[in-house]
Amino acid sequence: MGTGLMRFGRRMRWVPSVSVCNIRQFSTSVCDNNPPAKSFNLYTAINQALHIALETDPRAYVFGEDVGFGGVFRCTTGLADRFGKTRVFNTPLCEQGIVGFAIGLAAMGNRAIAEIQFADYIFPAFDQLVNEAAKFRYRSGNQFNCGGLTVRAPYGAVGHGALYHSQSPEAFFCHVPGLKVVIPRSPREAKGLLLSSIRDPNPVVFFEPKWLYRLSVEEVPEHDYMLPLSEAQVIREGSDITLVGWGAQLSIMEQACIDAEKEGISCELIDLKTLIPWDKETVEASVRKTGRLLISHEAPVTGGFGAEIAASIVERCFLRLEAPVARVCGLDTPFPLVFEPLYMPTKNKVLDSIKSTVNY
Amino acid sequence: MALWFTRSRTVVLQSLKQKHAFWAATTPLRSSSSTVPFPCNSSSSSPNLFWVNGRFKSTLAMNQLDSLPFSDSDDEQCFLGGVVNQRLCNSFYCPVKIYSSVALKQALDFPGGKVTYTSEMTFIPESQEKRVPCYRVLDDNGDLLIGSHLHQMSKEVARKIYNSMVTLQVMDTIFYEAQRQGRLSFYLTSSGEEAINIASAAALTPDDVILAQYREPGVLLWRGFTLQEFTDQLYGNKGDYGKGRQMAIHYGSKKLNYVTISSPLATQLPQAVGIAYSLKMDKKDACAVAYTGDGATSEGDFHAGLNFAAVLEAPVVFICRNNGWAISTNISEQFRSDGIVVKGQAYGIRSIRVDGNDALAVYNAISAAREMAITEQRPILVEALTYRVGHHSTSDDSTKYRPLEEIEYWKTTRNPVNRFRNWIVRNGWWSDKEETELRSSVKKQVMHTIQVGEKTEKPPVADLFSDVYDVTPSNLREQEKQLREDMIKYPQDYPSDVPL
Repeated sequence: MGTGLMRFGRRMRWVPSVSVCNIRQFSTSVCDNNPPAKSFNLYTAINQALHIALETDPRAYVFGEDVGFGGVFRCTTGLADRFGKTRVFNTPLCEQGIVGFAIGLAAMGNRAIAEIQFADYIFPAFDQLVNEAAKFRYRSGNQFNCGGLTVRAPYGAVGHGALYHSQSPEAFFCHVPGLKVVIPRSPREAKGLLLSSIRDPNPVVFFEPKWLYRLSVEEVPEHDYMLPLSEAQVIREGSDITLVGWGAQLSIMEQACIDAEKEGISCELIDLKTLIPWDKETVEASVRKTGRLLISHEAPVTGGFGAEIAASIVERCFLRLEAPVARVCGLDTPFPLVFEPLYMPTKNKVLDSIKSTVNY
Repeated sequence: MALWFTRSRTVVLQSLKQKHAFWAATTPLRSSSSTVPFPCNSSSSSPNLFWVNGRFKSTLAMNQLDSLPFSDSDDEQCFLGGVVNQRLCNSFYCPVKIYSSVALKQALDFPGGKVTYTSEMTFIPESQEKRVPCYRVLDDNGDLLIGSHLHQMSKEVARKIYNSMVTLQVMDTIFYEAQRQGRLSFYLTSSGEEAINIASAAALTPDDVILAQYREPGVLLWRGFTLQEFTDQLYGNKGDYGKGRQMAIHYGSKKLNYVTISSPLATQLPQAVGIAYSLKMDKKDACAVAYTGDGATSEGDFHAGLNFAAVLEAPVVFICRNNGWAISTNISEQFRSDGIVVKGQAYGIRSIRVDGNDALAVYNAISAAREMAITEQRPILVEALTYRVGHHSTSDDSTKYRPLEEIEYWKTTRNPVNRFRNWIVRNGWWSDKEETELRSSVKKQVMHTIQVGEKTEKPPVADLFSDVYDVTPSNLREQEKQLREDMIKYPQDYPSDVPL
């Protein structure tokens, strides 16, 4: 389906430069023993996670369109050579087949790590994900489950992907009890969250911000580590307004935070990481402190997951809120090529919204 | 693509112009020469006539075709074993004239093997002249056909098959009536398809993993699912392994390797491939067995399942119960192929058509299919021709869309249970006395399970929230807490038989 048309670097973008040990509320022992950590980009971090997943579990399988030679984004490079073509293999170009096959494989106690080449092409598999994977455990009364299933898919803007290589379809899956939806913001996060997703006993849809595959570089521990699901993280502390986002959008939001700080506005930035089931408590605690909330995502604003966050926080923090909850998101249009810079929730849109919310 | 369409239109138009007997010779599927009223679309007009009469709604399209340069010349006509492409021969020239015989002897090395060349521009016909024959062992009266190769079936297996078919019949009758009386919310019978249900199950081993559609409870019955287990699922009571969450007839049993039924059609086919792939990797002496009806073969997942199975060389037996009807949709409105069996070859899957109302034939075919699937690590497709004698479900009245005589014919003359009984009676393995006793005994047992099932309490409120995830997340815990408070506050709004 995918045309493998990704050519990175057409438009440079700010790259998150958080170092491994500066991050607060980091809940694993990554920093404790100073393990070796070299700089890697996001696709290499994903590749490391897949190597570890296959290495540590003989019942783990990686498959999808073009994964055999390394994948159109190179995430599966070297896996087939190392683990053999029976564990790492190409499938026919059929997303519902990939996910259906993966559900069956997972139902037999395997770790089925399926790749959908672009999130834009996940829709033929929607039925298998929504009606089958999500309900497999529930409908059988826990006799059967497909918890070993992880579906990886590159998502989001990339500068030239237009309608069918840019979408952010996360909200569709956040409406499905039984699924987990996880989106990492950086290489180190991607590796830890992917390993957690693969080993989580529930089906997980794991969206990888494709714009960051090569652009985002940071120190990534080389050993096997996992980051907890359903735990949000405050990646920048502040006192005037809470910003919530996920994936590639966080880097835009962080730039807005830096600019706002120059104008004397102190922003708290939260990476939600897992969208369902999501960590309301961390967001609630932050909004109780700041009294203001802004949510930003690339997906169209109407019916986006930002709406759910806004409603939940208004329910919990109504009397503490000093301004309406703001949303800075993609427009309610299909994702356009030439108009991409107009469509996107850019830094200045976020900055403007921060200012108007604080000055409400 | 656009070019191809243009040409193929021309082909058809021109072949009609030449009045070749092509269509007549290749459309036996739509004719009703058979005396057996199998539900083929005998009343519809032939597809080519429909094509000509109904194709050009737009005058623009017709004008476009009119403007194409036709030649009426019969010279150098290439008759290509079926389809004549007069226009292409005349407008371009016949390839025979320009290619040497040496060139024709060359072959193309192409993935999948050598492809030879031909100067004959032959389109593969859309169907074979004769329909794929249907394998059977017993005739309608239960007599062994001369020359049929019968796998040895012991008296014990034969008796168990018959016993199970009768049990399924009786169970269906009583549950159906119970639904009509308002005691059950929903039911769906397997009437007319008892042989496929039971004989296919008999040909498998308990290690083979079953992914059924929903009209295959007989497989579970064969494997030892008790009448009480069936009843408890229908009532969604505490005994239901599905904890009262799914509609009636959505059975499942981990113990019996029978994956819990889901309503969406054909979704189980690609899943069966994943399960089979796991069996293959574990070098198990077992296969996955996926059942579907004829309607489900139109779903995309049917294609996904068969193609994945072939490409990944997975030991799956696909069993399609072609019973002629998908609710009210006749197979003539479902596909234009010679049923399902011919689809296998396009995927590179070995396939057979079997008389689904001949338990011995089903048993033989599935035994052989299973053996090949496992020893050769490949998928096999079995199309079983049968008829849905009952309504689709208790929500359906099939007399609204099909003639009573048709139903009656399949219920009596082609009854799979009677046919098998004739055979075992003739073998001296069954008697009328046993028949009476069996039917009466099963009836009593089913009635008893209904009495028990009705009285058994429903699953507790906690089961509404468990199993969505392996561990219940905080949003569900909050919702459960809220619901429990509401249930105490407004007990009249909630069913009294669901314990808190």
